[in-house]
Amino acid sequence: MSDLSLAKTPAPRLAPPLLGMLWRDKLAFTSALVLLLIVAAALFGPMLLGEMASDQNLRGRNFPPFSLDRGWAFFLGGDSLGRPMLARLIVAAHSTMLIAAGTVAAAMLIGATLGLVAGYLGRNVSQVIMRLADVIMSFPSLLLAVVVLYVLGASIPNMILVLALTRIPIYLRTTRAEVLEVRERMFVQAAVVMGASHARIIFRHILPVVAPTLVTIATLDFAFVMLAESSLSFLGIGVQPPDITWGLMVAQGRPYLTTAWWLAFWPGLLIVITALSLNLLSNWMRIALDPNLRWRLEARSTANG
Amino acid sequence: MTKLIGQRAIASLLSLFGLMILVFFLSRLTGDPAVLFLPIDATEQMKQEFRALHGLDLPVIEQFWRYIVDLAQLDFGDSLRKARPALDIVLEAYAWTLPLALITMGLVIVAAIVLGSLAAFNVGGFFDRLVSIISLIGASAPDFWIAIVAIVIFSIGLGWVPTSGVGTPLHWVLPIAVLFIRPFGLVVQVVRGSMLSALSAPYVKTARAKGVKNLPLIFVHTLRNGMLPVVTVIGDQAAAMLNGAVIVETIFGFPGIGKLMIDSILQRDFNVVLAAIMITAIAIFLMNILIDIAYSVLDPRIRH
Amino acid sequence: MADALLTVRNLSVDFHTARGTVHAVKNISWSVGRGETLAVLGESGSGKSVSANAVMNLLDTPPAQIVSGEIIYDGKDLLKVSYEEHRALNGKKIAMIFQDPLGHLNPVYTVGWQIIEMMTAHGRPAGLARSRALELIARVGIADPQAAMRKYPHQFSGGQRQRLMIAMALMLKPDILIADEPTTALDVTIQAEVLALLKELQAETGMSLVLITHDLGVVAEIADRVVVMNQGEIVEQGSVRDVYHNPQHPYTKKLIGAAPGKGEIKQLEADLPLLLDVKNLSKTYGDFTALNSVSLTLARGQSLAVVGESGSGKSTLARTLLRLETADGGEALWKGRDLIRMKARDLLGVRREIQMVFQDPTQSLNPRMSVYQLIAEGWDIHRLMPDKSQRRARVLELLDQVGLAPEHAERYPHQFSGGQRQRIAIARALALEPELIICDEAVSALDVSIQAQVIALLDGLRQRLNISFLFIAHDLGVVRDFADTVIVMKAGEIVERGPTAQIFDAPPHPYTQRLLAANLDPDPDVQAQRRAAKAPADA
Repeated sequence: MSDLSLAKTPAPRLAPPLLGMLWRDKLAFTSALVLLLIVAAALFGPMLLGEMASDQNLRGRNFPPFSLDRGWAFFLGGDSLGRPMLARLIVAAHSTMLIAAGTVAAAMLIGATLGLVAGYLGRNVSQVIMRLADVIMSFPSLLLAVVVLYVLGASIPNMILVLALTRIPIYLRTTRAEVLEVRERMFVQAAVVMGASHARIIFRHILPVVAPTLVTIATLDFAFVMLAESSLSFLGIGVQPPDITWGLMVAQGRPYLTTAWWLAFWPGLLIVITALSLNLLSNWMRIALDPNLRWRLEARSTANG
Repeated sequence: MTKLIGQRAIASLLSLFGLMILVFFLSRLTGDPAVLFLPIDATEQMKQEFRALHGLDLPVIEQFWRYIVDLAQLDFGDSLRKARPALDIVLEAYAWTLPLALITMGLVIVAAIVLGSLAAFNVGGFFDRLVSIISLIGASAPDFWIAIVAIVIFSIGLGWVPTSGVGTPLHWVLPIAVLFIRPFGLVVQVVRGSMLSALSAPYVKTARAKGVKNLPLIFVHTLRNGMLPVVTVIGDQAAAMLNGAVIVETIFGFPGIGKLMIDSILQRDFNVVLAAIMITAIAIFLMNILIDIAYSVLDPRIRH
Repeated sequence: MADALLTVRNLSVDFHTARGTVHAVKNISWSVGRGETLAVLGESGSGKSVSANAVMNLLDTPPAQIVSGEIIYDGKDLLKVSYEEHRALNGKKIAMIFQDPLGHLNPVYTVGWQIIEMMTAHGRPAGLARSRALELIARVGIADPQAAMRKYPHQFSGGQRQRLMIAMALMLKPDILIADEPTTALDVTIQAEVLALLKELQAETGMSLVLITHDLGVVAEIADRVVVMNQGEIVEQGSVRDVYHNPQHPYTKKLIGAAPGKGEIKQLEADLPLLLDVKNLSKTYGDFTALNSVSLTLARGQSLAVVGESGSGKSTLARTLLRLETADGGEALWKGRDLIRMKARDLLGVRREIQMVFQDPTQSLNPRMSVYQLIAEGWDIHRLMPDKSQRRARVLELLDQVGLAPEHAERYPHQFSGGQRQRIAIARALALEPELIICDEAVSALDVSIQAQVIALLDGLRQRLNISFLFIAHDLGVVRDFADTVIVMKAGEIVERGPTAQIFDAPPHPYTQRLLAANLDPDPDVQAQRRAAKAPADA
């Protein structure tokens, strides 16, 4: 490989136009900013605000929002134990993001690897892997969550395990379908004719073509996983206190709907905003990262010749 | 076609059997129903009797063998909670979920096709952007949160509809509305994309060169081609709905299959869980056949 | 022209793209008279289709914008009439057929329905439309019109689909038929039949024909007058004979000069050492026999062409020899060792000695690799030339050999034109210093003028480096210019083989005779002679 490292290939050429393209699409740009903010909150929130967020204060119970009387942390109100909502939301971002990121990373790694194998190797291996994926797909995720919860116990890694298991088939199918198509492309055949090894064909010729699709799907899936986690937490078979995620906060706020709407409202709104940003960014990436679409854009001028 | 369905049925039966084995043994890992069903101060004696009564004291393999033998006679066993045949309970729940799913999917299909097509013809315009934003928000919002906010606004605040239960038609409004949002958001995006690419297909150029008028151009030449990817997404969404809308049914106290499933899982009512999973698998299998038929009706290339 | 039926005057069209505005056509004018055939000739990017699309109101605006000009038909400017008025003319007075009939027919409706719609869309009764459709389907040479009406486009062959498109276009007896590359995707024998059909129908109906093409042979065969376009401008127009025999514009001269099949035929030198000996090679896909006991030999420095129409098995031959497909039987001895049953380890060594150049360089070059990486990849695979500065120097040398500049090394494939990309692919093949290069339709995706350059390049390499070529092609002119020996394949079998001169001058086999007869010569007089020679035989 010596002087042909993968990272070197298009990066220096791609980076400036990509940022420029992002800047031109204001919606996608805003989404990226929002996501950066949330990631920052997830990274630094617990460190900076961990103590404040768990500090119970009976006089601040169900403190109404939009008032700075008790400091900025209470601007979005206080919860049923008098803890500041804003601080808790920021701290909860940590687990919410950790679970979603962990799930997407694990599911993508396993799913994409299996998909590469299934797509590149013959029909038999492929059939076995695909049937396995079918069984996983039809296994109810609720039951899986309960099984893991009772057998392995409640923890964030176990939550990731449950969610990743249910998401693997998505990456598997997508990767397999793409590999089946890319494998037949002429430049892959050209590499075969030159005598390229399987490893070279997979990592040098197939994976770089499949990767942008995977990144796009992963972005979209990140939102989906976040919603799935919050649903399980809402049903009481997901994250358990003292761990805290936005989904769990909605569930905890539900009994106070009539008296303190903000307990359930804010965390839900944050879920919507994050998921929406991810959706918008994914839509933009689908076009920006696809050399075919961009190539078509460039080629349009001669298409009618 | 019948041969194809036969092959599919056999393959589905095999994976259904695998699923059943998996569910049977995994669910028994989640704990002892005797502990959950009997009062906290129940003696060990009472627990033993409870287990013996329901055959839970036998080795798991033997429980499984008995279950298979019963199943061969279409006996899904009794519910622990209600002491009634599990199959009856599941079918009753389906009698609620099925109309809910049908009405919602019907609304989703009509709304998504009409609005998605119009957005595609008006690509880049105001209406297109509006539909895009609405659909993206719809696809991004967690249904439990929408349900809660809807209850706060429409039930508690305005008092237009009841908060939960199933007594009157009004009870159906909120569950359907909440259930509608996400599938609509997803399907409308696919309709729009699919119609866009169909509209730029070469055969549309031919039709224009023939002097075909705009309306038949759109609704005769394009729509049928554009529907093919849409059918797939509709199938996926319908399958999800047949699994039961757990969250919505729980929040609105709607006695459908989703609520039955979560309740049975939490209470270790194994027979009901198994029956529910198997009946759902059969329902999804039947629906997939419907999807296949829809495909072959729409596209002659699949028929030949 | 006084009795012009359709006149395009001073038309300019811009395309607004992400990369800026492109002037697709600049101030062009042409006209076609009643019963006349006008050819619009141009290479890719010349803008030859733009004016026809403007006539049919098929330009999408945006991105297209009609900057100026008028299109006069029947006393009216088609650029000014209402949408509805224009729609009523389309199909009824001016009809159009396209290059790719599979894509241009709606896949989900029957052929009958689509043909009938041509009349019902213009308010004619369905019953009348049906009988006219049956009549026309029979007229264009489709057997059993009743059954054909009920079939879908995918159930026909490419040639049949184009016949059905023609039937559809003629439903309302239009004044003008615009044909956009109508035979480009078809085999030569089918192309000849479709062009003959168009000519007959034109004679019967007296319609005008506007034919958009890149092929001088098609122009020579069918057109009365020709308009030559280059980069959005009309560089020359006149009668086909005048333009061919006495071209004025340098571009036209270049185009005519580049037409293949005019050079001196090569002789195979005797007593060259044997390189490849293929014996009884067979390959089937299910019921379909792609290769039926094919045998051939190839000597060092020889250029052997394999000619055939689609489905003849010529590409399967190449793919089997390169082990992209597994042969069912037979052997292929490469310097005495059997390629077909060779172990993977031994095969790696042979892969260095045999290289391939594919049809479409857009697809055969990895879009994410720079030219340098593309050319150097073979050295990585075969662990050659570890020294970087040596590599760099060699890449530059290879680029120079194929006529590219040193600064091209750092660019990516999409930044090049089709011809340049094929040069990169050739440089990549040369990097491993192969003894045999297999070319699978290596020039058929290129414009004629580029084609000639690439052929000249390959021939130069063959002479200088003594490389053998297995040259797979459907274009007889190109084969005549390049090969010293020709093999003709049909339905998986070799029907004829021999020195190029013999095959082209006096082919014994009737299939080869038919192929040669169907091949269009760019010289209109030659085509006229051939037609004259054929006419009594037909009658």
